[in-house]
Amino acid sequence: MAPVVQIKDIHKIYDSGEVPVHAVRGVSLDIHKGEFVALMGASGSGKSTLMNMLGCLDRPTRGTYKLDGIDVSALDRNELADIRNQKLGFVFQGFNLLARTTALENVELPMLYGRTRKLSTSEIRERAHHCLEIVGLANRADHMPNQLSGGQQQRVAIARGLVNEPQVLLADEPTGNLDSKTSIEVMGVFQRLNDEGISIVMVTHELDIAHYCKRNLILRDGVVVRDEAVANRSIAAVELAKLKSAEAAAKLTASPAAH
Amino acid sequence: MRFSVVFLVALRALRRNTMRSILTSLGIIIGIGAVIAIVSMGNGTKARVEAQVAALGQNIITVYPGSFSSGGMRGGFGSSATLTVEDAEAIMAEIADIDGVSPEVRDRNQVLANGLNWNTNVYGESPDYPYIKNWNVVQGAMFTEQDVKSLAKVAVIGKTVVDNLFPNEDPIGQTLRIRNLPFRVVGVLDVKGFSLFGSDQDDVVIIPYSSHMRRVSRRTSISSILVQGASAEKLDVVKQRIEDLLTQRRKGREPDFTVRTQEELAQTATETTKAMTVLLSCIAFVSLAVGGIGVMNIMLVSVTERTREIGIRLAIGAHGSDVLTQFLIEAVLLSVLGGILGILCGIGASELGSIYMGFPTLIAPWSIFVAVGVSTAVGLIFGFFPALKAAKLDPIDALRYE
Ligand SMILES: Nc1ncnc2c1ncn2[C@@H]1O[C@H](COP(=O)(O)OP(=O)(O)O)[C@@H](O)[C@H]1O
Ligand SMILES: [Mg+2]
Repeated sequence: MAPVVQIKDIHKIYDSGEVPVHAVRGVSLDIHKGEFVALMGASGSGKSTLMNMLGCLDRPTRGTYKLDGIDVSALDRNELADIRNQKLGFVFQGFNLLARTTALENVELPMLYGRTRKLSTSEIRERAHHCLEIVGLANRADHMPNQLSGGQQQRVAIARGLVNEPQVLLADEPTGNLDSKTSIEVMGVFQRLNDEGISIVMVTHELDIAHYCKRNLILRDGVVVRDEAVANRSIAAVELAKLKSAEAAAKLTASPAAH
Repeated sequence: MRFSVVFLVALRALRRNTMRSILTSLGIIIGIGAVIAIVSMGNGTKARVEAQVAALGQNIITVYPGSFSSGGMRGGFGSSATLTVEDAEAIMAEIADIDGVSPEVRDRNQVLANGLNWNTNVYGESPDYPYIKNWNVVQGAMFTEQDVKSLAKVAVIGKTVVDNLFPNEDPIGQTLRIRNLPFRVVGVLDVKGFSLFGSDQDDVVIIPYSSHMRRVSRRTSISSILVQGASAEKLDVVKQRIEDLLTQRRKGREPDFTVRTQEELAQTATETTKAMTVLLSCIAFVSLAVGGIGVMNIMLVSVTERTREIGIRLAIGAHGSDVLTQFLIEAVLLSVLGGILGILCGIGASELGSIYMGFPTLIAPWSIFVAVGVSTAVGLIFGFFPALKAAKLDPIDALRYE
């Protein structure tokens, strides 16, 4: 089967400032259906730049990018918007939910902008609800973002990313704003989605988070310096269970001391 | 993307910021409200003027002494003493299509009765006067042609005079004194109210013009001649005939009189109110434009403030045109909402104005349609620039915006 993402020698040069910045210098990459890739690297190594190109938010200065067999480099602004809408799902570090808008309405958003599939209002509502169920937030559908914890907000964002059944879910530091336990919970959601066949590419600079993925890519100065499969990766469900028992043990020992 | 969906999106966005939406609309509310209120006042004044003009009587021609042609309005009006009773008699005798003539002599005098005294208008008129003015004698009767001939000391009085001189009794048959001459009250006129120019028309004592000229004012000339035309169609012809007759009677001297029809008088009155309305409407439209700029201002702030939101929409698959339409609809909704509230406020203000301050008001239906149209246009025009700014944002920059 052809790879979902097929990148050949792409470069990105920013020349808006005084000195042109060569942020990505020749990256070639194939990502197949069902992969779960962590993109790692030091700050400024070009992770976000690469993600923006993968996400069709930005165009490479040089090189080709085929997404699901379509040469994206040739598309105009509106065509790129449609590709993002239909083939990609986005999860951001800062959640980027619409403020003062319910979780359900946030999840509905990508469907409102869909041009190929025309869904009725009730279908839209139903699908948004279904996606909230998948991330375990069906009971919070009417909550506003400011009534949700960070982890819950990120799960709403994941539901929004899922709702148009994308080829690839792209996440730029999705756990960057979350504490470690919530991070593991979010990784658990990703793992479950991945088990169901969704390809995921995420940026992280935390090694232990990258360990939940199947494949790790390390970027340095705009070049991929390492690309390896993860050996005995962490399973979120297991880690959470461990955490729980550790907590319980801490409580058992701590509570008599409290009295 | 379907328009209905963008509409929904815009509606949700406005609802998210209800307070600001209302404040944004405030400029439009005030502007539209002012336009509606002012137009309704202008309209009401016009209607009142028309009603008062109609109340003056119909198909009336008035001859004034002095010439208008020498320039300004009422230049030598009333100052020259050139109209005579003979002029009036000639008009009555020689001109066809006339139903009545009244030579008028007017002045103000102190009038006494019952030990009370009252300063009032004393008019010398002919018996045709109530008929010409469409003004009924409701008690007693008008004096007669015979009274004119005999210089009778009889009077027909208005309601205000009755109230001030005969507060508790039937005035008919009573005596009132003008310049110490006793006049017998033979009739009371119907209530007429205030005139176009704000004077109390019921504050009047009417006596035969002959008695006025010989006994009261001792004048040889008259103030004006009232002529009742037989029909509206013939009015201009009659006016021409009067001019011709009077010119002929002056035997080559400069014309020293002016003939005006009712319509011409009404015109000057309505023109003043029209000018006033136009002026005030201009002010109202300026405030509407200011309101529009307010909408633009807030929309620009809103675009900047919602940069991230726009970034999210664009990243998720919105086209630039979707964002443009959304912001345009928001601007139009804001201003149309403001327009509707403004219409309600304007109607309310004009109602209050007429109840508490006595402004005549009449809501013009067209002004409501214009208000809705104008506020839509204001939204489109002043919303376009901010909407375009939003649509042109780059999704990456917008998402990164703090
Ligand atoms: N819009 C931009 N204009 C100019 N330089 C940029 C821009 N975005 C990123 N860069 C530069 O490109 C390099 C890579 O940045 P980035 O992809 O954000 O790195 P990372 O996400 O790995 O921290 C950095 O040197 C950064 O300063
Ligand atoms: Mg980054």
